[in-house]
Amino acid sequence: MSDSTSPSKRRTLQMLLSAGGTALLAAIAYPVIAYLKPPKLSGQSVSSVGLGAVDEYAPASATLFRFGEKPGLLMRYQDGSFRAFSATCTHLDCTVQYREDMGIIWCACHNGKYDLEGRNIEGPPPKPLDEFTVIVKDGEVHVTES
Amino acid sequence: MELFTSLRGWLDERVDLEGLAALARKKTVPSHRHSIWYYFGGVTLFLFIIQVCSGILLLFYYRPGEDTAFESIRFLMSKVQFGWLMRSIHSWSANLMVLAAAIHMFSVFLTKAYRKPREITWVSGVLLFYLTLAFGFSGYLLPWNELAFFATKVGTDIAGSVPFVGGAMLELLRGGEQVTGATLSRFFGFHVALFPAIFTVLLAVHLIMVQRQGMSTPIGHEKSSEETPMPFFPNFVLRDVLLWLIVLNILAVLAVFFPWELGVKADPFAAAPAGITPEWYFLFMFQVLKLLPSHVLFLEGEVFGVLVFGIAMALWTVIPFFDRKSQRGQQGRFFTYVGIAVIVFILFFTILGWVML
Repeated sequence: MSDSTSPSKRRTLQMLLSAGGTALLAAIAYPVIAYLKPPKLSGQSVSSVGLGAVDEYAPASATLFRFGEKPGLLMRYQDGSFRAFSATCTHLDCTVQYREDMGIIWCACHNGKYDLEGRNIEGPPPKPLDEFTVIVKDGEVHVTES
Repeated sequence: MELFTSLRGWLDERVDLEGLAALARKKTVPSHRHSIWYYFGGVTLFLFIIQVCSGILLLFYYRPGEDTAFESIRFLMSKVQFGWLMRSIHSWSANLMVLAAAIHMFSVFLTKAYRKPREITWVSGVLLFYLTLAFGFSGYLLPWNELAFFATKVGTDIAGSVPFVGGAMLELLRGGEQVTGATLSRFFGFHVALFPAIFTVLLAVHLIMVQRQGMSTPIGHEKSSEETPMPFFPNFVLRDVLLWLIVLNILAVLAVFFPWELGVKADPFAAAPAGITPEWYFLFMFQVLKLLPSHVLFLEGEVFGVLVFGIAMALWTVIPFFDRKSQRGQQGRFFTYVGIAVIVFILFFTILGWVML
């Protein structure tokens, strides 16, 4: 009986118990943490979208479009040229809009302002809008990731 | 009557009702000119009970999901008998609960009721308050309308800008990179399961501490108590119940005459509408974030704002451990001024945000 309470046995038991406890916690925590991390779905990432005929877009206009899961903003300028930006404000993720009356791209959430080239000019946005590449081929507009 | 007496006798033998009654008779509440503030904790609790009841009723019709959430609330409000009332009560009661909790918290702060030995009550109370805000934020998204959608985008993006852990937090909250139906599912889970579970534990700790320690008497009022202590039962309880009735009436008037609107269904590919604002209790943060320049020192404006608010909230939680003077039972001005400064800051930016809408 005296052996069962000897310090070395006690230490071994304590070590085994704490190692087992830690392993048990890890065996529970790891799957839970991994479970909470959403899986990457195929088809979520898009590298290019077709946006239809050039004629559908009037000069000096802007159109929101869907680029995978994110919104984009297709600008057609007075001279007929196109540029496309991510429509996600670089400040806090709201969706921006073209304001014809102000001649800017504007974010309603925190009054962020960008010029028509997507550069942040006023308010809280820290960076210009991300830009896409616009390709016009056979009278059709295509937008791809830059 | 005989049945009642015998039932009482039966219970008394098993759970010692007489002991509980003796405890209730002995319990008193300090009486002084700041006693009025004691009632706001009870009001908050009352509103929480209303939230639980009305929330359960809403669950009978609500269907989470990108294609069903908005429609189910519209159905609830237009077709279900008193559906509009249940939802209106839940929304109004949520707002009143935030207000009551805020009044309770700041009054406890200014009367220094957080001082030794009530640090645990304070910390659990502040955590309950933050959780109340989290309830508000997660519940706001559930009808899946335009305002809620962008409020959630901004709110989760703020969490995402926390240095180091931001990216993981953003994914955890949104259930992906963007705010989608996956976010709605998660927020629903937070709102009706996770937060209530945590809230219940914290509330139990908070209430047990209040019961064990009794109400705190403000420094300087202990000896010169203007009046003799008030018996908890029935004097304090009856006053409590009267106030609950008044609150219930205010809630009913608000819910009936200012029914909560549903708004427009969220469209993830539409621009944020002009005049977008968060709920009033987040307005001061919203206004500060709006006014911060794009860069402060070497940090982006939003990161700077998030860090400052985060640190301030953490310090607020552990303030009893810094206020050494009140720990020793001495009156001190410094932390009173801190409390007043925080209240003035919040009021100023809330009003500014409201004026600049």
